[in-house]
Amino acid sequence: MSLNTSLSTIGRGVRTRIGRLGTFTRFFWLLLQRSSIFLSRPRLVSQQIHFIGNYSLLIIAVSGLFVGFVLGLQGYYTLNRYGAEEALGLLVALSLTRELGPVVTALLFAGRAGTSLTAEIGLMKAGEQLAAMEVMAVDPMRRVLVPRLWAGIIAMPILAAVFSMVGILGGWIVGVLMIGIDTGAFWSQMQSGVDVWNDIMNGVIKSFVFGVAVTLIALYEGWQSRPTPEGVARATTRTVVAGSLAVLGLDFLLTALMFSN
Amino acid sequence: MSTEKTDWWVGLFVLLGAIALTFLALRAANLSSFSLAQTYSLSAAFDNIGGLKVRAPVKSAGVVVGRVSSITLDAKTYKAVVKLNMEKGFLFPLDTSAKILTSGLLGEQYIGLEAGGDETNLANHGTIQLTQSAIVLESLISQFLFNTAEKQGSETTPAPAAGQSKN
Repeated sequence: MSLNTSLSTIGRGVRTRIGRLGTFTRFFWLLLQRSSIFLSRPRLVSQQIHFIGNYSLLIIAVSGLFVGFVLGLQGYYTLNRYGAEEALGLLVALSLTRELGPVVTALLFAGRAGTSLTAEIGLMKAGEQLAAMEVMAVDPMRRVLVPRLWAGIIAMPILAAVFSMVGILGGWIVGVLMIGIDTGAFWSQMQSGVDVWNDIMNGVIKSFVFGVAVTLIALYEGWQSRPTPEGVARATTRTVVAGSLAVLGLDFLLTALMFSN
Repeated sequence: MSTEKTDWWVGLFVLLGAIALTFLALRAANLSSFSLAQTYSLSAAFDNIGGLKVRAPVKSAGVVVGRVSSITLDAKTYKAVVKLNMEKGFLFPLDTSAKILTSGLLGEQYIGLEAGGDETNLANHGTIQLTQSAIVLESLISQFLFNTAEKQGSETTPAPAAGQSKN
């Protein structure tokens, strides 16, 4: 009896999870099918880039600067033990372009832009604006969701690149101006160690994938939220939790795939 | 906000991203040192390449004149065959010697070329005959230990050693 119930509990759990994954994939597919609005009405996308990208720029840049500062200080602490403090530039640049740039940007992006997307769409749904659009024969998926998805996909690599750049400058400020490492050694060690394709391009690919994942999760949670104040609040929380976990999981997967050799 | 103003800000945003990527590619990485200049290829066989890597620099008198393009093992001679991509502007005589050197104590390894005095230059797909392998720290230490042991042995027991050599 108890075995039967526990078995059916496991079965139900697996079934709902697979079902949710299926809905999510189908949602992504539906959005991709409607992506022609990206070409026919590009202004909708650029409006969303302004909303998602420009407004996130400040928090990304400031975080990047401080992450760069801290990497400079902590990296110097470790490298100093081996008398290799000249390699500080290399350490800062590699950690930022390969790992911290894309990941921290994606986590901040989930908190800054993802939540606002979810709340916006959830409230549109609660206010029956989406239903009203459908009544007017406007496809809300095409008109509301697709521009936001593409804006997120475009904005994320840009934000990650800005994060890495500002972080490297932050590391330079701490390493060269405060600690007094030779500025020539700082840059030349970095340039000899950082590879354009292996390090920087793979970082860009990572941030692109994170952009798709975080934006899609934010839109999906908003779209699927229950149209009540409580439902919207829960959907917003789920965006941050699921988005961050997805970023960390995908990060491991991508790192294992791209940097394993 | 008017749409034109929005467009301006979005343009600025995208421009900033382009600047950041260019900065990363040119200042943080070494895209600028990728020369599109014409190259010719040389090869050299080493007994041991130590930690030499593909894309390591080839230097002559400390100036980068090319890069390592491939490293393979010759199945017959069991020597490491290193292919070098040399810049067209730098031609080297036939009796040029190649050494594997290390920049700094723990730095990266590179190939140092020392030009000889021959009149004719190495042609494309030419082979550098005179090579010197990388110094591997372990073999250096074992050699040193072996030498010290030998020296100590001959110092402490000179008589039997001398006697044995007579027999």
